[in-house]
Amino acid sequence: MNIHEYQAKALLRSYGMPVPEGRAATTAAQAADAARALNAPVTVVKAQIHAGGRGAGHFAGKPEGKGGVRLARSMDEVSDAADAMLGEVLVTKQTGPMGRLVRTLYVESGCDIARELYFSMLVDRGTGQIVIVASPDGGMEIEEVAARTPERILKEYVDPAKGLCDYQSRDLAVRLGLTGREIRAFQNVVRSAYSAFTGLDAAIVEINPLVVTGSGDLLALDAKMAFDENALFRHPELAKLRDVHEEDPREREAAEYGLAYVGLDGNIGCMVNGAGLAMATMDIIKMEGEEPANFLDVGGGASKERVAAAFRILIGDPKVRGILVNIFGGIMRCDVIAEAIIAASHETGLNVPLVVRLAGTNVERGKALLAESGLTIIPADDLGDAARKIVSAVRNAGA
Amino acid sequence: MSILVNKSTKVITQGFTGAQGTFHTEQAIAYGTRMVGGVTPGKGGSLHLGLPVFDTVAQAREATGAEASVIYVPPAGAADAILEAIAAGIPLIVCITEGIPVQDMVRVRAALERSDSLLIGPNCPGIITPDECKIGIMPGPIHRRGHVGIVSRSGTLTYEAVAQTTAIGQGQSTCVGIGGDPVKGMDFTDVLERMIADPDTHSIVMIGEIGGTSEIDGAELIRASGTRKPVVGFIAGATAPPGRRMGHAGAVITGGHETASAKIEALREAGIHVAPSPAELGTTLARVLG
Repeated sequence: MNIHEYQAKALLRSYGMPVPEGRAATTAAQAADAARALNAPVTVVKAQIHAGGRGAGHFAGKPEGKGGVRLARSMDEVSDAADAMLGEVLVTKQTGPMGRLVRTLYVESGCDIARELYFSMLVDRGTGQIVIVASPDGGMEIEEVAARTPERILKEYVDPAKGLCDYQSRDLAVRLGLTGREIRAFQNVVRSAYSAFTGLDAAIVEINPLVVTGSGDLLALDAKMAFDENALFRHPELAKLRDVHEEDPREREAAEYGLAYVGLDGNIGCMVNGAGLAMATMDIIKMEGEEPANFLDVGGGASKERVAAAFRILIGDPKVRGILVNIFGGIMRCDVIAEAIIAASHETGLNVPLVVRLAGTNVERGKALLAESGLTIIPADDLGDAARKIVSAVRNAGA
Repeated sequence: MSILVNKSTKVITQGFTGAQGTFHTEQAIAYGTRMVGGVTPGKGGSLHLGLPVFDTVAQAREATGAEASVIYVPPAGAADAILEAIAAGIPLIVCITEGIPVQDMVRVRAALERSDSLLIGPNCPGIITPDECKIGIMPGPIHRRGHVGIVSRSGTLTYEAVAQTTAIGQGQSTCVGIGGDPVKGMDFTDVLERMIADPDTHSIVMIGEIGGTSEIDGAELIRASGTRKPVVGFIAGATAPPGRRMGHAGAVITGGHETASAKIEALREAGIHVAPSPAELGTTLARVLG
């Protein structure tokens, strides 16, 4: 689960991270009030969307215009910046061409920047340990730094038996070129990030840039946090930070039924059990020359309700011109799946070609049920057969 | 011969008396797995499915001499269940549970590395040596005793590989589903080195997916081993967009080496026969075996 910059900064601040003073605003008037309260010589007005690259982005219809992070030196400039961003669609490298609607701004005190560093914390899958990643090249995309100058990416692993040790942070500070009291300041940044990361089951804490000010303080100028969905059950307080406007409504509906769904751009809807098989099904549709409309894993113990919900989501997608169901029953019995497909087809008024491939537990009974249902379901024997049949059905229907 | 489990392996179930534990233990007994008991805290001393129930894994290990434990404990308590099995000195731990918090698994990994226990999973179908020992949730009847070793991150794609190898008249020595989580127990390299050394495994099918780099490590191990056993590979997720998680917590592309195409290239360079489509795992193996 992702959250906004202003939410991440509030959380990190509560764990002791130094962040600039700031306030969230949803109207231009609120933005002006916020700036007045901050009373800083320079104010920064930042669009709050769940995507990076905001400063370098542009607003829809204004490809040459300013981005989603703007400096303001007067109240008028704050109001102008707020008016220009609120209710507009911000397009960045990470949003894709559709962009994201800006509903909230973060108004923050500006600061004088001497240096920009990069800092993040995440779980490294190779070692199975928490890793701190830092670089003296802050403020740019870390992937680019990693590709161009990998030696400027510094890493420090946290031994789970010992936990984070302050000497590791000081060592990293020295390698980043920090001196004097900046070293202890960096130690505090790492400790705050680690407390937040472990205390909230974060998936990532990323501060880019972490700035060294002219007076030698460290400040988190931007902050990104995401949380491990599997651990949200023990952090109920995080639920209120979820911004449903930033989520795909189809994905949200799917999640309510325990379905893993990712919307894509093709026209063949897929319903599969198991994530790996679901990906493989998408792949084979593409190999046959069409594009999948989605990834959808109905999971291991799919009930009739779940299958019906999956069908509704697929049929509700106007791009979908045909549906491929691919189930390899293990725990899941094919006869139960067949009954659910039949019920869901009636309920949803299925109006596109449907190819069903069943294999595994109780496959014969499942196939018999589909054959006797009176529905125009195209049966398939194996994965290759299923992909060829749905692609040809979609092409024939479109012809 | 086979790897990790055979007909003499004594197995207990953690989360024994719950719905999942009960159902799959019944299935395992029916398959012929040597189930010797189970653990449900608070129910020690009773009998379930005709087998003794213990309060702790240590008691179960002491009383039954269990060599393997399978875990069906819900996510909030699953990491603790693995840690308990490690502490009790269970040699092989298989965790089926899906949805364990990643930072819990960080603690588990650290404990595993200080122990002699092996962990398969979590979020996996388990391990099976056909006709001898089934530990996990895979459907028994699709398997056939034979000489193909199968290792995969995905549950149902493992079944696909099993069905396709059975369809070409082959069978399986041992099938291991290592699971789809980013921090887990045994990885491709751990399973592959055992399959390469196993005289009963004559060929190998390895099925990976996007995210992480463990398939590349596996391919490197195969190349470095100089094994003459034919290896067929497949990587799922060629159509998955970067940055989007495809169901499995571990199936998300976050760097250049994690894409399907980078992995396929690494497999090919290691001499692995990459199946052109997921429907051609069996036919690719048949062609390689000649």
